[in-house]
Amino acid sequence: MNKTSAKPRLKTSAMIASIAEVGQKTKSAPFGHALVELARTRQDVVGMTGDLAKYTDLHIFAEAYPERFYQMGMAEQLLMGAASGIAHEGAVPFVTTYAVFASRRAFDFIHQTIAEDNLNVKIACALPGLTTGYGPSHQATEDLALFRTMPNLTVIDPCDAVEIEQLVPQIANHKGPVYTRLLRGNVPVVLDEYDYCFELGKAKRLREGNDVLVISSGIMTMRALDAAKALAADRVSVGVLHVPTIKPLDNTTILQEASRSGRLIVVAENHTTIGGLGEAIGAELLRAGVTKPFRQIALPDAFLKAGSLPMLHEHYGISTKAIAEKIKKWL
Amino acid sequence: MDTSVKNTIAELAERAYRIRRNAVLMGEVQGQGYVGQALGIADVLAVAYFHAMNYRPDNPDWEGRDRFLLSNGHYAIALYAALIEAGIVPQEELETYGSDNSRLPMSGMASYTPGMEMSGGSLGMGLTIAVGRGLGLKRKGSAAFVYTMLSDGELDEGAMWEALMSAAHWKLDNLIAIVDVNNQQADGPSSQVMAFEPLIDKMEAFGWFTQRINGNDIGAVVKAFDTARNHPEPRPRMIICDTRMGRGVPFLETREKTHFIRVDAHEWRLALEALEAGRNA
Repeated sequence: MNKTSAKPRLKTSAMIASIAEVGQKTKSAPFGHALVELARTRQDVVGMTGDLAKYTDLHIFAEAYPERFYQMGMAEQLLMGAASGIAHEGAVPFVTTYAVFASRRAFDFIHQTIAEDNLNVKIACALPGLTTGYGPSHQATEDLALFRTMPNLTVIDPCDAVEIEQLVPQIANHKGPVYTRLLRGNVPVVLDEYDYCFELGKAKRLREGNDVLVISSGIMTMRALDAAKALAADRVSVGVLHVPTIKPLDNTTILQEASRSGRLIVVAENHTTIGGLGEAIGAELLRAGVTKPFRQIALPDAFLKAGSLPMLHEHYGISTKAIAEKIKKWL
Repeated sequence: MDTSVKNTIAELAERAYRIRRNAVLMGEVQGQGYVGQALGIADVLAVAYFHAMNYRPDNPDWEGRDRFLLSNGHYAIALYAALIEAGIVPQEELETYGSDNSRLPMSGMASYTPGMEMSGGSLGMGLTIAVGRGLGLKRKGSAAFVYTMLSDGELDEGAMWEALMSAAHWKLDNLIAIVDVNNQQADGPSSQVMAFEPLIDKMEAFGWFTQRINGNDIGAVVKAFDTARNHPEPRPRMIICDTRMGRGVPFLETREKTHFIRVDAHEWRLALEALEAGRNA
């Protein structure tokens, strides 16, 4: 590099970064648009946020229904308590913040004011797992483990824009509290290729394969599908079972798929190894007496680094390439 | 109870006596309980349930009722005593207090007890729920009020101040917060655990229409509730009530004060006698 040339654009550890690959088909703000659509026919639906409407796509709803939007300020405990109160009065609040704040900061408020009374509060949280390079303050690597422990709470980890659009009306119709991870901004469109239909509480087989069964949720399903395609070129046959509902787990389908002979079972999750989908499925297999070769692709029990998402996903082994390499090594 | 029924001070004093009596009888069932707080707040509860609030004893979920949120869930014994007196909980359930399978657990929980609007216990939550209820009632065009009872110790909790700001921001003139200042919390006098004064200045600065009264002066409590309900400004309302733990039972009023007043087995009967003596005085 000589003195006169422009500095190369550095990779970013900014808070907001898209998880979409270059050139991937995406859809803008699927959650916000789906909620606006739902609210046309559901007068009881309201939106609440803690100073993160723009960053959770709730601003789309706020613009369409300003009188049904409640800005609660940067106060997540209040946000959850107020959501409880308005739900007690018959509204169905969709509540947004970042996953770290809902899970770590407001846990007791969700537990006591929402879940204990089984209220119709739908909590949708952006930046799940490792979807920001901003550092541990914003990386919700343990939200599923925490929320799995909460009675009455349904827990969802959607894969893409298609799934988010489909889950919004379903969680509104579900009686009781729901926590869903949220992908915001330009969200990849993946599942349209698979004739997919989200059903609350159901796992779905997206791809058939004879050597390996990957069981995954969230963006790891997208990665698993890509890795499976790559491995097919190496004559490794990988099946993918997508499990968007983390709780209650679809044990029937999981056991049915995992019991088939001759396949390595790999659980892939955008979450710490502790307490998420991997350990949930591992325990269920043991309880059912299904003892198979079992591997986990997940984030380490560590405070993760700041950095650009592609670098971090590579570093922590949740990129498509890293997943494919691990699977080959395990076979 | 229709608000058009204006009970006289003497009638309210009799209600307060009966609420205190119910609380002592429940304390006797378990040999323990937050009886000191119940005795202290009984006058405020008597005014709330027999002067201020709209409700239907035979239909605790009546849509038009005023909501009463007990944020300080350990005061459940006090609220049960009032709910029994109000006819929302049958008198015969009193003797089940705190027992297995009772609808009257030691800490207030919404799913257990008719008329219990929230699950307390984890302190500092009631006002956040009250904000949501206030918003929800306005959304429905309801004229009902949301009352929430808090304690001075609860003001240590940060979420309280989130809710205090929010209630003023949303101009929740249907929200009436009652703060029981008895200056006792788990580790000692509240003012020593966390300096919380000057409360009126703080609450006014946060945008609340604030009154501070002797919570054991029924006339003052009636006036404060009336003023709070009829105040014309679009602001949330607060009534800070200085109360005396153990009020009405002289040997408990003067006993060394802690969060939890010790009552020996033989003293429950003495406490009832003391209440009776005060009633006839």
